[in-house]
Amino acid sequence: MEVTAMHFRRKAAESLENAKLQHALKKMQSKFVDKRAAAITELPNFTEIRDAATDIRERVVNHLDSYLLRFEQEATARGAVVHWAEDIEEANRIVVEIAQRHGVRKVVKSKSMVTEECALNDYLASVGVEVLETDLGEYILQLAHEPPSHIVAPVVHKSKEEIADLFAEKHKRTRKTEITEMCREAREVLRPGFLSADMGISGANFIIAETGSVLIVTNEGNGRLTTTLPRVHVAITGIEKVVPTLEDASTLLRLLPRSATGQPITNYVSVLTGIRGQDESDGPEHFHIILLDNGRSRLLGTELQPMLRCIRCGACMNHCPVYQNIGGHAYGWVYPGPMGSVLTPSFVGLENAIDLPNASTFCGECAVVCPVKIPLPDLMRHLRHQQVVRHLRPWTERVALRLWSWAARHPAVYALLTRAAVRLLCLLGGKEKRLRHLPGASGWTKGRDMPAPAGRTFRELYQARRSL
Amino acid sequence: MRVGLFVTCLVDLMRPSIGFAALRLLENAGCEVVVPESQTCCGQPGYNSGDYASAKALALKLLGEFKDCDYVVLPSGSCAGMIKVHYPALLKDDPSVLESVNRLSSRTYELTDFLVNVLKIEKIPGRYSGSLTYHDSCSGLRELGVQAQPRALLAKMPGVTLTEMTECATCCGFGGTFAVKFGAISTRMADKKCANIAQTGASAVVAGDLGCLLNIEGRLRRRGDLQTRVLHIAEVLAGEGKEGSTWK
Repeated sequence: MEVTAMHFRRKAAESLENAKLQHALKKMQSKFVDKRAAAITELPNFTEIRDAATDIRERVVNHLDSYLLRFEQEATARGAVVHWAEDIEEANRIVVEIAQRHGVRKVVKSKSMVTEECALNDYLASVGVEVLETDLGEYILQLAHEPPSHIVAPVVHKSKEEIADLFAEKHKRTRKTEITEMCREAREVLRPGFLSADMGISGANFIIAETGSVLIVTNEGNGRLTTTLPRVHVAITGIEKVVPTLEDASTLLRLLPRSATGQPITNYVSVLTGIRGQDESDGPEHFHIILLDNGRSRLLGTELQPMLRCIRCGACMNHCPVYQNIGGHAYGWVYPGPMGSVLTPSFVGLENAIDLPNASTFCGECAVVCPVKIPLPDLMRHLRHQQVVRHLRPWTERVALRLWSWAARHPAVYALLTRAAVRLLCLLGGKEKRLRHLPGASGWTKGRDMPAPAGRTFRELYQARRSL
Repeated sequence: MRVGLFVTCLVDLMRPSIGFAALRLLENAGCEVVVPESQTCCGQPGYNSGDYASAKALALKLLGEFKDCDYVVLPSGSCAGMIKVHYPALLKDDPSVLESVNRLSSRTYELTDFLVNVLKIEKIPGRYSGSLTYHDSCSGLRELGVQAQPRALLAKMPGVTLTEMTECATCCGFGGTFAVKFGAISTRMADKKCANIAQTGASAVVAGDLGCLLNIEGRLRRRGDLQTRVLHIAEVLAGEGKEGSTWK
């Protein structure tokens, strides 16, 4: 997927003015935030489960190499082929090699954020392989030629009416507006795809070291069809998705859907282990698992390592007041919200996502709702620090901060400067006691008045009081 | 009990009445209050902007200024959080000060937290009559657990009606430099806050952080609301909210 994170500011402004998007975001917020809150209260031992989940993920990240090697060994023993991809080019190349080796012309896909990272669909199209997205949201986006705007609800930015128009145009059928009818129509279009595809591509919510299994959760059942009907199944996932045991996976599964959509569990949980056995009636003849690094291992041993605990539930974005107001496209890459503000600069380069770590008020709600306790504000702050160290912030900002901190370290200078400043601002505030334009802070005064200061600083008044 | 009052730079510059209200509340409760005159800024703007070096310098300065106090109290959850939660992280690699930083951290309190949990005050000196709604400022709420304390104090004031707003714990959009850097997003967040405040019908909105108050007040006025008063919890508790509003 093309990285457009550098346009965050412009795209955020556009999002704020997009009435349809604002309506959709409002609906999403009430749906996911309220449902999660209710789902969490259903778990009397939520705190313990969250602690356990955090421990599991932390243990994995601390011993990533050994769990991955165990996974490879177990998966291989059950007939799967495990591939290691350093970057997205390598991952794409491996998929194409597999497709060519098996004479694949048509591919069905179940949602996978890693393949979004890889822009795999475009790559496959460029070598003449036809790809059909089968997750309803992803399918709609494929028809609309748009990227996802959320990792769990990829099409959350579109209204039912827009989708009805899109279906009518692309399916060339009568326009339907009932959701059940629209779903039926999509199902009718997709079903022949499943039956005629030579290859199914899926992501993985977890991969399990003790059994070499790939675990996926879906609500639509398309994941099951994608991974069992075609003769070749390729699962592509980030290296951090490994969990030690099935038991551990079940612990995480108690939190993943609850955190994501407020569901106690998704409609389908598929544990895909090995290739089709001799006496088995379904499952792929060939099972390839691609483990993608793409910058993940670079985070190991750094301040950003906790980000690798992420189980991609999307709770951080659902609860982020910034995301709630601008939606996912503004973030300019695969992962939006607070998660994206850490992942995007980490994976595509800090210099290519300069605004993202700053696009947070540090309200801290993302860390409160994260089921594996990733300290997202701390990680964003660390990236801001990296920007300062690498001189990536605008010079005006750097100078302003330097001046402030220098003055704050010299109380006599500070007293003099602030005394002058508050008098001036008080004067400018006039009778109304508010400033409608503040030079140098137009970002503030464009939408707000600046309440004028009282005119004397606390330190002045306090000194005067003491000398009475 | 020797209590160091750190008024914060925003209060020093913008609304000294909050500092005096905090001072009165502490003195009224029998504390010996010291206000180190060289105090300036806790370093949070630098810290949250990634300028750790200047944040460290200011942290060390503050550490020296308050070393003789039994407690350090701030009328700000955000700055209290900076000292309590972030100083230990910021100075973790500096063994020469680590012990004193941890000591400072454990003795630092947001004002209402201190009044309720350390001083356990029963009688509120101020008088206020009218309807209020309380906005939970992010850092105080999530870093320090300040939620029940201000409400408990308001409940002890006869004549105060507290009407909770929808999403009282959702960020108002201030976020320090965020409000300037991303003014449009911040304004939209403030808009939602203003609408939630209006819905309560309360005549005043109260919070524990001046940053949020300036943001909310600024947006309320720009939207044409000149009536709703915007008060710091210290002002209300000390009785300065009576006629202390900058807006009549």
